[in-house]
Amino acid sequence: MTDRPVVAIVVFPGSNDDRDAAWALGAVGAEPVLVWHEEAELPSATGAVVLPGGFSYGDYLRSGAIASLAPAMDAVRRFAEAGGPVLGICNGFQILCEARLLPGVLRPNRQLEFVCHDTHVRVENADTLFTRRCAVGQELTIPIKHGEGAWYADEGTFVQLAARGQIVLRYAKDVNGSLGNVAGVVNDARNVMGLMPHPEHAVDPLLGSADGGLLLAAFVDAAAEHRLAAA
Amino acid sequence: MRATVLVRPRQGILDPQGEAVQQSLRRLGFDVSSARVGRVIDLELAADSGEDARARVERMCTQLLANPLIESFEIRVEEP
Repeated sequence: MTDRPVVAIVVFPGSNDDRDAAWALGAVGAEPVLVWHEEAELPSATGAVVLPGGFSYGDYLRSGAIASLAPAMDAVRRFAEAGGPVLGICNGFQILCEARLLPGVLRPNRQLEFVCHDTHVRVENADTLFTRRCAVGQELTIPIKHGEGAWYADEGTFVQLAARGQIVLRYAKDVNGSLGNVAGVVNDARNVMGLMPHPEHAVDPLLGSADGGLLLAAFVDAAAEHRLAAA
Repeated sequence: MRATVLVRPRQGILDPQGEAVQQSLRRLGFDVSSARVGRVIDLELAADSGEDARARVERMCTQLLANPLIESFEIRVEEP
């Protein structure tokens, strides 16, 4: 046992950012544990869960749709319902939307091209477990790399989410046709977040930006708090 | 029993794939004003009746085969 909070990273067939996420979370103070998607339970010490990027099940049917029904997702759902912090990155965001743990859905990019570059995302709400190390209006430089990242919800849902502060990150300019330039959202209870940009690829200035570390470090703080509250 | 599910992008939903197909068809000289791309899923399933099959497939659609936010579906049951 270490004092570092355990962050479980669920690995699906086709996940490919699981180890990057583990490395980055380790760099900001977590004890990352990879959990295979067929596991029915999360490690008992889990303080937070990450669903990593990749192409689970080759994006069959719709990206994230098949993975959303994996046995480990039942455990993730229970963890989230108990207030545990859950972060879905890229494919993980798609999975959380398909699992209906987050509002909306990720659709093919409007330009039908895979996008892979740094983006500037603006923090819209700094009062969440994920963004509390940031300030409202702060622009973070974090890369995106996806083919299906255009977030969509019906107009009524979108207006309601914006009014309730559930739209947490927006791209500074249109990158993929995402409604309202949405890059990241949280659930109603504010303990589940999904985002298309990859904070785990932005934790070291040597690689262009350390801004992703602000999100991940806040998330690791939340993991420690959740463990304390559960103990 | 056999059933076929047709999944379509819902009306009003932008379909970039359909737009690309439409543009390519126009390039081939076809006067196509719209193309929408969906998905066909052929199923063989156990069911007591056509009605039962339809009810089962409908549940499959809402739980997995279609995302109601962006897709509509149509079910065709082939009675034996």
